[in-house]
Amino acid sequence: MLSNQEVAEALLEKFGDQVFDFEEPYGLLTLSTTREEILPILEYLRDHKTYQVIFLTDLTGVQYPDNTGKEFMVVYHMHSFVHNFRIRIKVSISEADIHIPTATGLFACANWMERETYDFFGILFDGHPNLTRILNIEEMDYFPMRKEYPLEDATREDKIDALFGR
Amino acid sequence: MADIELLPHNVPSKTELPELVEELTTLNLGPTHPATHGIFQNILKMDGEKIVSGEQTIGYIHRAFEKIAERRPYYQITTLTDRMNYCSSPINNLGWHMTMEKFLGVEVPKRAQYIRVIMMELARITDHIICNSILGVDTGAFTGFLYVMQKREEVYEIYEEVCGARLTTNMGRLGGMERDLSSTAIRKIHEFIKSFPPVLRELEKLLNRNRIFMDRTINVGPISLERALSYGFTGPNLRAAGLDYDVRVMNPYSSYEDFDFTIPIGQNGDTYDRYMVRNEEMWQSLKIVEQAINNLPEGPYYADAPEYYLPPKKEVYSNMEALIYHFKIVMGEIDAPAGEVYHAVEGGNGELGFYLISDGGRAPYRLHFRRPSFIYYQAYPEMCKGSTLSDAILTMSSLNVIAGELDA
Repeated sequence: MLSNQEVAEALLEKFGDQVFDFEEPYGLLTLSTTREEILPILEYLRDHKTYQVIFLTDLTGVQYPDNTGKEFMVVYHMHSFVHNFRIRIKVSISEADIHIPTATGLFACANWMERETYDFFGILFDGHPNLTRILNIEEMDYFPMRKEYPLEDATREDKIDALFGR
Repeated sequence: MADIELLPHNVPSKTELPELVEELTTLNLGPTHPATHGIFQNILKMDGEKIVSGEQTIGYIHRAFEKIAERRPYYQITTLTDRMNYCSSPINNLGWHMTMEKFLGVEVPKRAQYIRVIMMELARITDHIICNSILGVDTGAFTGFLYVMQKREEVYEIYEEVCGARLTTNMGRLGGMERDLSSTAIRKIHEFIKSFPPVLRELEKLLNRNRIFMDRTINVGPISLERALSYGFTGPNLRAAGLDYDVRVMNPYSSYEDFDFTIPIGQNGDTYDRYMVRNEEMWQSLKIVEQAINNLPEGPYYADAPEYYLPPKKEVYSNMEALIYHFKIVMGEIDAPAGEVYHAVEGGNGELGFYLISDGGRAPYRLHFRRPSFIYYQAYPEMCKGSTLSDAILTMSSLNVIAGELDA
């Protein structure tokens, strides 16, 4: 079995201060990195002889509109079948420079996951072979999962939050 | 009689024939095609009968679940999850509840866990029933479909007995089940355990060693283990390629560690292996159901967590405390902490993951579903490259792509 401590130390040794914000919510090793280092980290974990974190479970985006300079976050979930070890890696990027390198060169499944993230958040994955919308129509000119598009109509007066205990 | 001079046939010599232009045919398979079992378009480039390349268009039933979830109190998200993989909706539904329980730290009593296992395994059986019997239909064997569809109906009757609904079974509650298994439900489950094996054996007799079926499925749509891993395959499709990864064994949830079952694996990752793996999984699921129903623990079917568990209706009408809790929960006053959690369950198709980020509000800040169908449908063009159209149809139905899960 692989412990969170072990992998965290190895990553710190290899990447130094490029990996930071180590956490363990619900036992899952979580760390942040920069977008320059994300591909080397994914590759390091995948090709490491002992860890063998060969499986990209999930890739998605999150938006924090109030976090100036780090408005968007891309989250990678990885899994090592050999050690039954999961790891979560986060990369924060700013809205002004919304670019991150694509992981399609490392994992084939990143293709659609990145397209989905682009479709909903507008995060641009540099080097992606076909960065087009996947679930929404091509003609759409906005990114619907961003927080600036609330679901409920804010102008409706019969739905005042206070009346509903919100 | 004069000789009749035979006129030469007016056939142009070979050099006079116009050059054949080599051009690929574009074939639209779908969006609504009876053989695609759902609404997705495949734009195939064909060279004669061979598929050269393909491109899929999905999103025809996209319902923006992740966006809707950001505005809904935690309790109301349960209805969204049912509608993802509608062939095995209890797994989606209970998986979401388990995510919330992990997040809130609610301990679910053993009885509820066992009932969940029974429901999830019955759901897996229905999921595989549909996939395998439709695979038979695609090769022209309609009989098997008729045999096993009756059994799916019986499982739906069990659902109906347990929660009142048949397809979108909102049977879980935070901290347990909506209600206990009634004696009728238990009887029906026992009946199902007895009556299902002969029918499944019949389907096996019809297809497993059937010459036509084997010819149509062996070496059709193969994928190597390496590519399957790179494409993020999980569930029966990965196991058919030869890796025994199963969330139920690797990260047990809901007391799966109590049950004795094996993980069937294939070797070639072709359509036949996927069929066989699903077939064997039905036997294993049945085994789990049998163990769970025979060892069903006594005790409560919901956790002692009144701030999360919706009180039974009978108590709501007679007990003031229950009424207050009912209101608090229904109005979305769940005290969710800030944080994030990822929880995975073994869905009908593979690892079904829920990634939840909360900022402490009444609705999730961000909720992402890791939907297995979405992940591996992208491998489809690669899998049917170089095969004929009829093989491509079988490849798709053996992948078990559910449109509701694909588009979410």
